[in-house]
Amino acid sequence: MLRFIVQRLLILPVLLILFSIIVFWLVQAPPGDFLTSYIANLASGGSSIREEQVEALRQQFGLDQPGYIRYVLWMEGLAKGDLGYSLEYQRPNAELIGERLVLTVLLALFAFAITWIVAVPAGIYSATHQNSLLDYAFALLNYVGVATPNFMLALILMWIAFAYMGINITGLFSPAYEQAPWSLERFVDLLKHIWVPGIVLGIAGTARLMRVMRANLLDELNKPYVVTARAKGMSEWALVLKYPVRLAINPLVSTIGWMLPQLFSGSLIVATVMNLPNIGPLLLRALTQRDMYLSGSILLIYCFLTIIGTLVSDILLALVDPRIRMEGV
Amino acid sequence: MTENQVEETLASQLVSKAEERVSVASNWQLVWWRFRKNRLAVFSAIVLILFYVIVLVPDFFSTQDPETTEAALAFIPIQGISFFDSAGFNLSVPAVVGKRNPVTLRMEWKIDETRKVPIRFFTQGYKYKVLGLFETNIHLIGPTDPQSADWLYLFGTDRLGRDQWSRMMFGTRTSMVVGLVAVALSVFLGVLLGGVSGYFGGWTDLIIQRLIELLQSLPTIPIWLAMTAALPQDWRPDQVFFAITIILAFIGWTTLAREVRGRFLSLREEDFVLAADLAGCSRMRIITRHMVPAFMSHIIATSTLAIPVMIINESSLSFLGLGIRPPAISWGVLLQEAQNIQTVAQAPWLLLPGVFVIIAVLAFNMVGDGLRDAADPYGH
Repeated sequence: MLRFIVQRLLILPVLLILFSIIVFWLVQAPPGDFLTSYIANLASGGSSIREEQVEALRQQFGLDQPGYIRYVLWMEGLAKGDLGYSLEYQRPNAELIGERLVLTVLLALFAFAITWIVAVPAGIYSATHQNSLLDYAFALLNYVGVATPNFMLALILMWIAFAYMGINITGLFSPAYEQAPWSLERFVDLLKHIWVPGIVLGIAGTARLMRVMRANLLDELNKPYVVTARAKGMSEWALVLKYPVRLAINPLVSTIGWMLPQLFSGSLIVATVMNLPNIGPLLLRALTQRDMYLSGSILLIYCFLTIIGTLVSDILLALVDPRIRMEGV
Repeated sequence: MTENQVEETLASQLVSKAEERVSVASNWQLVWWRFRKNRLAVFSAIVLILFYVIVLVPDFFSTQDPETTEAALAFIPIQGISFFDSAGFNLSVPAVVGKRNPVTLRMEWKIDETRKVPIRFFTQGYKYKVLGLFETNIHLIGPTDPQSADWLYLFGTDRLGRDQWSRMMFGTRTSMVVGLVAVALSVFLGVLLGGVSGYFGGWTDLIIQRLIELLQSLPTIPIWLAMTAALPQDWRPDQVFFAITIILAFIGWTTLAREVRGRFLSLREEDFVLAADLAGCSRMRIITRHMVPAFMSHIIATSTLAIPVMIINESSLSFLGLGIRPPAISWGVLLQEAQNIQTVAQAPWLLLPGVFVIIAVLAFNMVGDGLRDAADPYGH
């Protein structure tokens, strides 16, 4: 087990370097750079910028250097923990990402909790009450849930809330708290707003998780040990919860690892639709504005999270299910 | 012979006939028989066929040129077809009357139930070419009088007065084709690389497997966004279309390749492969004639389940403005019009392309599930 973890940790830097090359290549691939789009924006706004100024800016950001030198400079910064400087916001990237990271993580955890709180009991119910009315209702909801794109669900909820209740459910804060420093009131305000995006993000995962839970539990329920326990007079609820559920939930636990990064990146689209102040819209804007160091850093963070997530899920799987051996890996 | 005996012999003959039919049926026939039993899947398959008929001739189903803009006709609501009038079965829609609100300067449409616009099937409308072959002006449905000033807006109009229904027909073409082509591409890559990896093993296998692992540990959505954002702004719509398709297929193929490899590994040990090898078949022939047919039905089921994912991804990317770009029309592009919630509250029919997305994805999932269950005819 330990050997397995060490092995994977040793591969981590290699993977990260490979990813950083891919990411860097991607963000600098489009023709033109931030300044070309910046000038175009200024021009469409009716103002202009002097040629010398552009050159000075270009030199300042190292945009006149060839790609590989920029890459080395970027990596040098990263190694020192410096994520670079945003060309558009004129602020360090670490600051920009940092202030949004808290909200991103909070939202992801919230959505994650909703997924599990809904999916696991619903899955257990469906399996123990196979072919009941509610089982069919869950199955139908599952199908529709899987078929609805996240952003569509967000749009529909926003529309219903706006058209029938007259409230705007975008954002994570009321206007009064948007720029305010953290306080108890601000946190309460956040809790008032976070549930809609939380539900939207949580629902998508719910459908799949529930289906897996139901199928796993159904497999377990027919096993002899369940019959034995029942024959010995154990009450049905205690029986189901104590043995088959614990076994059926195992494979789900292993999905935790890769569900978290998925939630981070899954919130990208919903966050843009619902105007949430998390990392998603920041990345999107950085990509379209060619703010390459910002988008590159965010992408690399996503890559890092994904790798860590996979590792965590492998370790979790080994921990909850001792039958899985890691020696051969 | 008594009547009972006759009946018995007849019955046993019937049974043996049915058995014979099963035992000589080809693999595909068995798959089809099993698939046919799943009503929901068959119904969904019909829905999909309808969608692809629209893909072939979107013009025929349109009531108006999807590009015609008429700012004065913005945000016309859905009229609602009535099937009967006092004279019996007669299709018609009520006319819409617009009045500009003096305060907001917005057109406000009222449905005028007193004035009926008769409509019928197979009417004349704008000219178009069927599959680029011949020209016609016949459309599925439209006002009986093609010169009529009152028109038929099945799904209302958008901000620029474009006919939503007609645009959705063209959106259907793009979105359904993107899904299909992207999956076809990833199946091609997946079967090729997965097959090579599984059949040859050794170093080839190792390299391909590491490549797949590398691609699979990339965070999908952010990388997709970065790739589509990297497409040059001045590309033509058809170039963008192909680029998006390739980008979608780029990550999709890895799952398929893994599956194919796994199948290859297990099939390689089967007796019939050894037999073919001993009989002197070439490697290529063993792969294409013996191994691929053995898991083809699985590939088809898996790829059917992959298409809806592509459709959702395409519409999400296009919705964010990073996928298919206007003037090309796809479901995601149409949904861009619904980005502003105030607009949606005013014109909820702008969300209808999303309903198409949901229907298409549901149908693909049902058909895919049906195929997956039917793919293994000897299983049960």
